[in-house]
Amino acid sequence: MIELVWLVPLSALVGFIINGLGRNLLPKPVIGIIGSGAILVSFVISCALFGEVNAARQAGETGVFTYHLFDWISVGSLNFSLSFLVDPLSAIMLLIVTGIGFLIHLYSISYMAHDAGFGKFFAYLNLFVFFMLLLVLGSNYLVMFIGWEGVGLCSYLLIGFWYKNSSYASAAKKAFVMNRIGDLGFLIAVFFIIATFGSLEFSTVLGQAAQMSSGDSTLLVITLLLFIAATGKSAQIPLFTWLPDAMAGPTPVSALIHAATMVTAGIYMIARSNIMFTLSPVTMQIIAVIGVCTALLAALIAITQNDIKKVLAYSTVSQLGYMFLGLGVGAFTGAFFHVLTHAFFKALLFLGAGSVIHAMSNEQDMRRMGGLKKSLPITYATMLIGTIAIAGIPPLSGFFSKDEILAYAFVHNPIFWGVGFLAALCTAFYMFRLLYLTFFGKFRGTEEQRHHLHESPWQMTVPLVILALLAVVGGFLNVPEALHGSHWLANFLTPVFADSQAVAQPFHLDHTTEYILMGISSLAALIMAFVAYSKYVKRADIPQEDGQQQSPLYNLSYRKFYIDEIYDALIVRPLYALSKFFYKVVDREAIDGLVNGLGNFFIVSGRGIRQLQSGHVGFYIFMMVIGVIAIMLYGLLNL
Amino acid sequence: MDSVIQHIQGIPLNHYLIFCSVIFSIGVIGVLIRRNVIIIMMCVELMLNSVNLLLAAFSAYRGDASGQVFVFFVMALAAAEVAVGLAIVIMVYRNTKSVDIESLSKLRW
Amino acid sequence: MDNLFILLILPIISALVLAFMKSTTISKWAALGLSLTQFLLTIPFLCQFVPEGAIQFEQSFPWIKSLGIHFHIGIDGISLPLVLLTNGLIPLIVLSTFGRSLKGNFYALVAFMQAGLLLVFTALDAFTFYVGWEIALIPIYFICALWGDGDRIRVNLKFFVYTFLGSIFMLVAIIYLYHQTPNNDFEWTSFTGLALADPTQRWIFWAFFLAFAIKIPIFPFHTWQPDTYTHAPAAGTMLLAGIMLKMGVYGLIRWLIPIAPLGVAAYGQLALILCVIGIVYASIIAFKQRDAKRLIAYSSIAHVGLISAGVFAWNQEGLQGAMMQMVNHGISVIGLFFVIDIIERKTQTRSLRDLGGLANNMPKLAVFFLIIIMGAVGLPLTNGFVGEFLLLKGIFDYGVWFAVFGGLTLILGAVYMLRLYQRTMLGELAEQQAGVVDIKGHELVLLTIISILIVYLGIFPNGLLQLSEASVLQILQEVKF
Repeated sequence: MIELVWLVPLSALVGFIINGLGRNLLPKPVIGIIGSGAILVSFVISCALFGEVNAARQAGETGVFTYHLFDWISVGSLNFSLSFLVDPLSAIMLLIVTGIGFLIHLYSISYMAHDAGFGKFFAYLNLFVFFMLLLVLGSNYLVMFIGWEGVGLCSYLLIGFWYKNSSYASAAKKAFVMNRIGDLGFLIAVFFIIATFGSLEFSTVLGQAAQMSSGDSTLLVITLLLFIAATGKSAQIPLFTWLPDAMAGPTPVSALIHAATMVTAGIYMIARSNIMFTLSPVTMQIIAVIGVCTALLAALIAITQNDIKKVLAYSTVSQLGYMFLGLGVGAFTGAFFHVLTHAFFKALLFLGAGSVIHAMSNEQDMRRMGGLKKSLPITYATMLIGTIAIAGIPPLSGFFSKDEILAYAFVHNPIFWGVGFLAALCTAFYMFRLLYLTFFGKFRGTEEQRHHLHESPWQMTVPLVILALLAVVGGFLNVPEALHGSHWLANFLTPVFADSQAVAQPFHLDHTTEYILMGISSLAALIMAFVAYSKYVKRADIPQEDGQQQSPLYNLSYRKFYIDEIYDALIVRPLYALSKFFYKVVDREAIDGLVNGLGNFFIVSGRGIRQLQSGHVGFYIFMMVIGVIAIMLYGLLNL
Repeated sequence: MDSVIQHIQGIPLNHYLIFCSVIFSIGVIGVLIRRNVIIIMMCVELMLNSVNLLLAAFSAYRGDASGQVFVFFVMALAAAEVAVGLAIVIMVYRNTKSVDIESLSKLRW
Repeated sequence: MDNLFILLILPIISALVLAFMKSTTISKWAALGLSLTQFLLTIPFLCQFVPEGAIQFEQSFPWIKSLGIHFHIGIDGISLPLVLLTNGLIPLIVLSTFGRSLKGNFYALVAFMQAGLLLVFTALDAFTFYVGWEIALIPIYFICALWGDGDRIRVNLKFFVYTFLGSIFMLVAIIYLYHQTPNNDFEWTSFTGLALADPTQRWIFWAFFLAFAIKIPIFPFHTWQPDTYTHAPAAGTMLLAGIMLKMGVYGLIRWLIPIAPLGVAAYGQLALILCVIGIVYASIIAFKQRDAKRLIAYSSIAHVGLISAGVFAWNQEGLQGAMMQMVNHGISVIGLFFVIDIIERKTQTRSLRDLGGLANNMPKLAVFFLIIIMGAVGLPLTNGFVGEFLLLKGIFDYGVWFAVFGGLTLILGAVYMLRLYQRTMLGELAEQQAGVVDIKGHELVLLTIISILIVYLGIFPNGLLQLSEASVLQILQEVKF
């Protein structure tokens, strides 16, 4: 089966090529079928691969397979091949990418049905899946980097999908550039890895890294650079501001790229290189701090946002922060588990939001919604499940994954737990706020919108229902021992994290403490849900229109802590000013002035010396005599 | 022939040198300060002839005939120069109605 | 069919034939046919080339015997990619002019220039090299000065005099070296085998460096370039940026570093610093350019800065990256300038202020432009990535911080290139451009070829890399410092 692994990305690529070339020729249904079918093929093969890996794990093997496709770049002793690695980690990631990818393709057929760029949209989506699969499947850092940059390109294309709106195009550019900042970190890290280990293959690099001592300075540099890369791709402080802007893209894109798959690439990459990180405690500490700060900051911003997609975007940033917190405190399985569950419920929430937006004739402002429960029963039910899951209320999936991370954080440092807990409180609040503002109370939209209200067609609701089911049961993949679970996911992933587990201090938390922590967080989430209920449903305290007087704290959150403005003032404007200065002063005046000055020197001196050529014969004769005398004097003096 | 040489040698060489220098200087000064082209050319002749005289004197004193050969060259050259020079002067006169050197100020870029 | 001399003489014959054609239609097709023939003649060399270090297809005729000058030409792994590039790009450049009506004399100048370029890339005799170096300069001066726009005479005078100034320094060094050789000749082998004293090598370094640095151009010798590129006709810009500046980089590898290794040891780091400054400096300037052509001109300074930095790093990755990237840069810069040319012809403007939303009416052009831009910013699976990766790896091995600063091109390049794309293609279409129609005919053909090359070389770069590998290894072994 492993010989067919190349078919997984190829299928998506073929879909991209057919849809890309035939985007104006093929009828829409055909494009939809090709686009979704390509991903379905990938998904089926991925399932088979997963089966194979699982069988190997059951048999007690590591379940790691590599497949060499061809040599890509070979220079001297360095040979970078295009080769694939299937192991427990990538097998699960494959399922997420292709499975959720397929559902979102299916959803898009209906969601994008009336868009002129239908063919283009599916081509881009397929291309995205192709690059994402390369990222996941790569057996070395370079192939991962292909995918890493490729998904950035697709993200750019899809955010700027409606390119006529120039602010959308700017958002796309912002995403690409911010990602590129991280990518530079990745590239430099790759050079360090080559210099240190002489190879980029995961097996070689990680194998050798496991032999190094903890706190090694090279590993510190490499891991810091890789973490910079991850902050770009996975939207962490300080590079997170692109993700909320990325909501300019069509909603299925937000679900697929900016929630479920691409943004988790950073976590995937760090989980993949876990041994290097475990051996760099300083980096781990930094990751944990950045992660938890991002989680809290984004959650605080999300509380006041009124755009339904913006809320979900900040929620994504916040949840990614959780995952980084998990990585930073050594809960690799927990972080990856959260990637998995988050993919389910966040894709669900985004698609649900899409369904709402679709029903509301492209209205995204929650202040114009309300009372949609009756018109959109399926959307409401599934979004309710998603909200409960993300809020961390048992027994839905979010509870298990978030609790595992928080438990590790508690053991590592109770402050992390405290901040993470605060962020969890905010999460529960803003998610239920979203739910109540959208589905409860009175309808606040226009008459026309009310007239149009309808439940979405089956292509849109089926993915919602499937994702809702997954969001309900996903948590049972990794039920902790304290709840008499089997820790299936942790066991399945053991080969990937074995080296780290050998090095790291064993996780130990007695069951009583764990129960208490679980109890506190679940109870708190319920309380926040109730608080939101009383504020937005009972008192119908709908957020005010822009321009009204607000408290400074509210403004701080509503204006996203002014981070965009700060970046603009500190980086963008100075750079543009520098650009003008370099061009107008340094280049034109100084350097070119020097060059032109040299030319002018000869022109001016020529003009001066030219005066000697007066045209008066008498003067010429005089000069001649002077010359003769000078020559004679020279001869005399020399003698 | 001997008598000519004796005659020449009858006067000390210094006298020739001083005399030729004076004539040459008169020629140079004439060229520099006179403005009439014809006079300038005459001054040039003066300079040439002073040199001729000196060449002849040295030739006689040192008993080397090549000095006198040079004199012939110089004379031929002077004749050619005068021919060309006067032709130019005539052309200039036709154009400017003047033989003043200042009228020849177009000789520049 | 592997007679190198024929390859050099054919462009001159083409130039003579084309010079007398008055009809624009006939002359453009004739020019295309002749340049394609030239390209086809290159293929036997590619097929028979043995990828090992030695110089192949060597030919040498006595030229001026009393001075020991030989017309000595040959190809090795360092010249072959550039010969291929020259002969491959000239047909594309000719094709790019099909939208304009030009007489035979224009194409004659292009063909004449091709001869000069090929002579530079194949010369194994310093005199022959110098002749080619200057021959290439004359036609491009006329191309830019006669068919350019704006303040073209002044700009091109500056370009000509500036580059010529550099060449003079090189000429002095060449004559000096000639007197040092044991048999008084100009042979490449005798020049490189001189092993001069350290102080001599130092000034020889500067003499050659000035010539090459002005041509490439390396910061701060670049100020002729934006003006010249901006005011040259599209085909002239393509010749300049696509092929001609590679003469400078080639000169660094072939002449400067092997002749004056001790000079490089003394000043190589300074040169590398200049290159890296140029990358960041030119990129930052490119941010705010309004003229699309000038923007690409500055981006070109940044790109060649990276290439030259890779050369001065003087290791295998750096050199092979430079070889690879020279080809890549040629391809993508031709694509970029061609797209700008198309836009200018259809909208009568290049100003980013007046453009926008062209993707609405020109979806095909938008796609090709995007592919070319992605190649230029070095996205993986495009050719630009392979080159930039190897170059940065080479520079990294030289010094980490150089690679970090050089790597900023990754970020800054994305900023100005995407700005260019956004300002031209995205947004609402301006009213006065409502009638613009999409590309077709020769434009489609040319952009398709370029896009295919960009993607093909990005996925299968090994073929090109192997061409130069053996020669690069050999030159690295022979020249150490």
